[in-house]
This record gives sequence, C-alpha cells and structure tokens, in this order.
Amino acid sequence: MALQPFTVHRGVAAPLLRINVDTDAIIPSREMKRVSKQGLAAGLFAIWRYTEPGGREPDLNFVLNKPQYRNASILLSGANFGCGSSREHAVWALNEFGIRAIIAPSFGRIFYHNCTRNGILPIELEAAVVHYLAEAIQAAPQQNKLLVDLPNQQVSVAELKFSFTIEATPKRMLVEGLDPIAMTLEMTEQINAFELQHRQRMPWL
Amino acid sequence: MPRTLYDKLWDAHLVEDRADGSALIYIDRHIVHEVTSPQAFAGLRAAGRTPWRTDTTLATPDHNVSTLPAERRGGYAALPDAQSRIQLEALDANCGEFNLPEYRLDDPRQGIVHIIGPESGAVLPGMTVVCGDSHTSTNGALGCYACGIGTSEVEHVLATQTLVAKKMRNMRVQVDGQLGPGVSPKDLILAIIGKIGTAGGTGHAIEFSGPVLREMSMEGRMTVCNMAIEAGARVGLVAVDQTTIDYVEGRDHAPRGDDWQRAATYWRTLYSDPDAHFDRTVALQGEEIAPHVSWGTSPEMVLPISGRVPAVESGRDATERNSIAAALDYMGLQAGTPLTEIPIDRVFIGSCTNARIEDLRAAAAVVAGRKKAASVRQALVVPGSGRVKQQAEAEGLDQVFLDAGFEWREPGCSMCLAMNADRLAAGERCASTSNRNFEGRQGAGGRTHLASPQMAAAAGIAGHLVDVRPMLAAC
Repeated sequence: MALQPFTVHRGVAAPLLRINVDTDAIIPSREMKRVSKQGLAAGLFAIWRYTEPGGREPDLNFVLNKPQYRNASILLSGANFGCGSSREHAVWALNEFGIRAIIAPSFGRIFYHNCTRNGILPIELEAAVVHYLAEAIQAAPQQNKLLVDLPNQQVSVAELKFSFTIEATPKRMLVEGLDPIAMTLEMTEQINAFELQHRQRMPWL
Repeated sequence: MPRTLYDKLWDAHLVEDRADGSALIYIDRHIVHEVTSPQAFAGLRAAGRTPWRTDTTLATPDHNVSTLPAERRGGYAALPDAQSRIQLEALDANCGEFNLPEYRLDDPRQGIVHIIGPESGAVLPGMTVVCGDSHTSTNGALGCYACGIGTSEVEHVLATQTLVAKKMRNMRVQVDGQLGPGVSPKDLILAIIGKIGTAGGTGHAIEFSGPVLREMSMEGRMTVCNMAIEAGARVGLVAVDQTTIDYVEGRDHAPRGDDWQRAATYWRTLYSDPDAHFDRTVALQGEEIAPHVSWGTSPEMVLPISGRVPAVESGRDATERNSIAAALDYMGLQAGTPLTEIPIDRVFIGSCTNARIEDLRAAAAVVAGRKKAASVRQALVVPGSGRVKQQAEAEGLDQVFLDAGFEWREPGCSMCLAMNADRLAAGERCASTSNRNFEGRQGAGGRTHLASPQMAAAAGIAGHLVDVRPMLAAC
C-alpha cells in the first residue's frame, strides 16, 4: 500500500532523553494483541505514560503528558532508540499517536526500517546536537517548533540548521510514499531467474 | 578475494544490487508466528497478492499461547483472553487461506519459532532465514544468514520471496581458551554484551569464532547467536563444522541420499577464509568469564556474579548516568549491594535463548535433590517445543523439577515477554533465562535479572542470586 509521503514537516518536539529506549517501552506486549494496525496508540509508552501498570490514568511527569508538549509530532531521544523486539506495533502506535519524525544519535536497525516503511522519518544526529535542539525548544515548545526538511536533509529551529544523512532507498520511499512490494515486483523476472538457478545449485532447498 | 562467512552467504543469495545502494536478497526460509503476521496477511489480501511460494514458509503459534496444561488440553475455547484467542485463530485461518504449512497448537512439533526451525531441519546451514521476531539471529548458529524483520518485511517476503537489504559490515568476536565449569554459553554472550554494549554490533553481522565456539554444542551456539540482537546486531553467525553437520543429519526436513552428500559438501565451505577482512574484531578469553547476571534494565547492564550494583557516578556521561539512576530506581537496588544479596521472588527457565534440552538438563542438575526456597513464589520451567518437552519427560527431568517445587509447563514464549498470563506482578524480582531485562518486559513493574539456566535454577534454590559453581561441586 502506498504511504503518506514525507517531505517537509514542522511540529512540536518532545525530549525523551534516555538511551536505549526499547520497543517494549514504546509498546508493551500486553498492548499488542490486536490483529490490525489500528487502536495501538493508547498503548504507546504505556509503562511511562500511565500511573498504574495496565491503567490509563496519565502520569503528569511523563513528557508527552505535559501541556507544553501537547500535539508533539517529533521525538528527541538518546542513542539506540527502538532497540530490542522487531514489533512493528511500536511504529504503528507512534504513527497513530501523531509522531512523524524521531531524532536520536542512533537507532535499532529493525525499528529504523520499520519507521521508513510507515512514513515516519528517523533522523540520526549527534547526541550533542540532540541536546542542543532540546534546549533550543525548551522555553516554549509550542512556539519553538522544529522544521524537518527531508528532501534537503535538514533540521532547523529558528535560524539554526543541522544537516543529516539518510540512505537513498529509505529517503526515496519516504519522499515519494512508495510501496516497497510494488517496487520489488517490478523485478519479478530477475527473481524468477535467480530462483531457478539457485534451486538447481541447491536442489535440497 | 578472501571472504567472510557472511560475505559468502550474501553473495549466494544476491538477486540484484540496486542502483541506490540497496540489494535484493533471496529468502530460503520464512518462519511465521501469530503476533507479527496478521497485519502482513491483511496487507496481502488488501492488495490482492498471494505468497510467492508456499513451501518456504513454516508457521507456528508461540508468543501468545497459554502454557497451562489444562488450558492447552481445552484448545482455543479454553483460553480466557479473547484477544489472544483471536490472534491464534487468525494464524490458523491465514495459513489455511494462503496454503502455508503450520505446526498448530496441538501439534507435538509446535514450539518457539527459533527452537522449532533448527529442531525440525526446516532451517539448514547456508540458508537465508527470516522471521518477524528479532531473535531470528538464533539460526545463525547453523551457518545461516538469519535476521529478524518487521511486519512490513514479513509481507514483502511473503509476496516476493526477497528482502530489500543493505550489506552489513563484518565483525568478529573471537573467544579463546575454554569456559570453566559452571560457565555456560549464556554467560559468554552476557559477557560479550557487557563488553561491547547493546549498540556495539549495530550495523554489523557478528561472527562468533575461536576455540570456545568450536568446542560448543549446537544448542550452546544457538544461545550465543540468539542474543546477537542484544548486542545491536541483526545477524549472528557461527561457521559450519562437523558439529553442525552431525546436528542436522536425519532431521525431518534435512536432505537425504545424494542431496545430503551435495548439501554437506557445500556446507563445509561455509566458514570465513583465513585472510577475510573484518571491520572490527573483539577478543575474549574463556577462562576469564564468570557466571554473569544482569542488574539493570538493559542487557549491557550485566556483571559477574561476584560484582556489586554499580553507582550512578560510574556512568561516562550525563545521559548514561541518567540511565543508571533510572535503572537503579526501577530495579529497587542500592549502589554497592553485592549481587549475591539480591533476593528473588520468581524463577523463569525458558525462552528462545534457553529452553532447549541441554538448558533443561543443566538446570535440572542443579535442582536435583534440592528444594525451591520457601521465599520464592514460583519457579516456572517452560520447554521450548513439544519435542523438547517429550525428550525431557523421557529423561525424567520434569519429575526432578516437580520434586523440587518447580512448575512444568507446555511450550511457548511465556514469561520472556509476558504476553500470556505468565508474568511478574509489579515489584516482583525474577531470575530469568530469557534475553531482555527491559522495564516491564516480564510484566508491568516486574524486575528481571538475566541469567543462565544453572544460575536461575540456583537462585530458585537459594532464594537470592548466587554463584552456582560451589553448588555444582557439591553435586
């Protein structure tokens, strides 16, 4: 299915400055028993977002529950964000909650690719830059919105701009909102030819 | 040009390099379970697509199944949780609709995805193996290119038999010497993660090599490769040797006759050439590795059992100090406390890391003739598959556990991720043979101490974390 394209996004950023934010923290297993991609946002960050395990009473100390970060669509976080379980439910939950981009020094690789296949932009920037961005927005997050420009690979706040790198494939998928399966199926002939020769070489497969 | 094992596997499955730097890789085996597949099947259906092949896929339910014998005997109707039931029924319906082989819940071959693959011979050396589960790296123990994928990729592999990938860098973890008595493959991988960190292998395929790996059983190698993902690497690998070939021979899906000879000849080429280039090498000495346990909320927060809970000040920068402080707070621990003084409430012996027959034998050897500490509320033993369970029962291990006051359950992922009813209550502390000590992983508010099967069993007997080695000497 084609995705919502990602080009330029301006939004409220929320700092969740911890390292190793794992996908169990993004969505615990008990919140992912659904067979569809919908209805998962309520379980997003459940262990931190609510006062009681399994409950729905907001913990007002958690960043996304603070009024100044209302409608946050960009997360700022520490290294190795999205490590752990491959659960794409984590990305579906973020998506449904309204998160469009995540800025961190590094990402768990499975999570990174799950993001790019669901229209969420993972941006890798040095820890010092992430901290700088967090400080730059801190005084008035609703006013000091971050601008994320994917075609030009830049994040900016006020007059300051930071460049980021992203590989060509995920960038193209995000900017054009492409369906990766349709892209691959354009190579059906090559796959067929490979498969034939591969199975002759390894007849036990 | 000399190649690494990973290079060889990559080259053998490369359909095409794409102009944009990615590549299309052919997938030989796709293992599917109930939690990460329903949205992929829905996607196929919505786009009017069908699986590229049906004979490369094998499905089984594991994450969300009950491990209680009574509930298993009653079939889906006996499951108290409607959402879990719907997820399990969806897997059966999807496999039926798309004609995919499945080891259903009542099949004796059912079990944890990463255990039944090698066990049934559905996973063979030299294959590319994917599954919508990060611990798919386990299969790399057979000399496979095996990695965990997300649900969008599950749908992609079903529809195209390929994965869009970018070649990773090569990393080698060389382990010289030998492991001491009472020191297991689990302790080795925990020590490796402690050394390189949970992002230490990011972007790399890690090959585990050296005398310790050569002497290690296949099941031990699976435990090591299983947690490559906890070191940040999607892929863990061990070169094929005679131990690998002997393990595979005669399994359900293993080749026979001429095919066996051809396959075995090819598999013997699956090692890194002597001069192959590794982007990074890390070395450990087997004799220096003690039994390890985790103290915090990330698998890199591990220490030898002789250690003490670290102080916040030991963090290298502000972010790390914050993480240590948060971990100490969540775990309810004081800096400086000897690890052996940490009391436990529950024991979990199971998971794709440590629920194979050798794991159960190792735990049973510690438990035999002893009793669970009265202060320990529950000690769960959950075999990794129907066949592991049968084998253990044939050896009388179930009785050893039961006699000691441990519980003997039906196969599934169970308390590793607490998706079913097997979970910790808030504040409870568990010695667990699983792979992740994340906040809430084993139940909201639960506190996990990762350990080997021997160490978890010993903690269940002692009532606190303890060095198993003196207990083994007394056996």
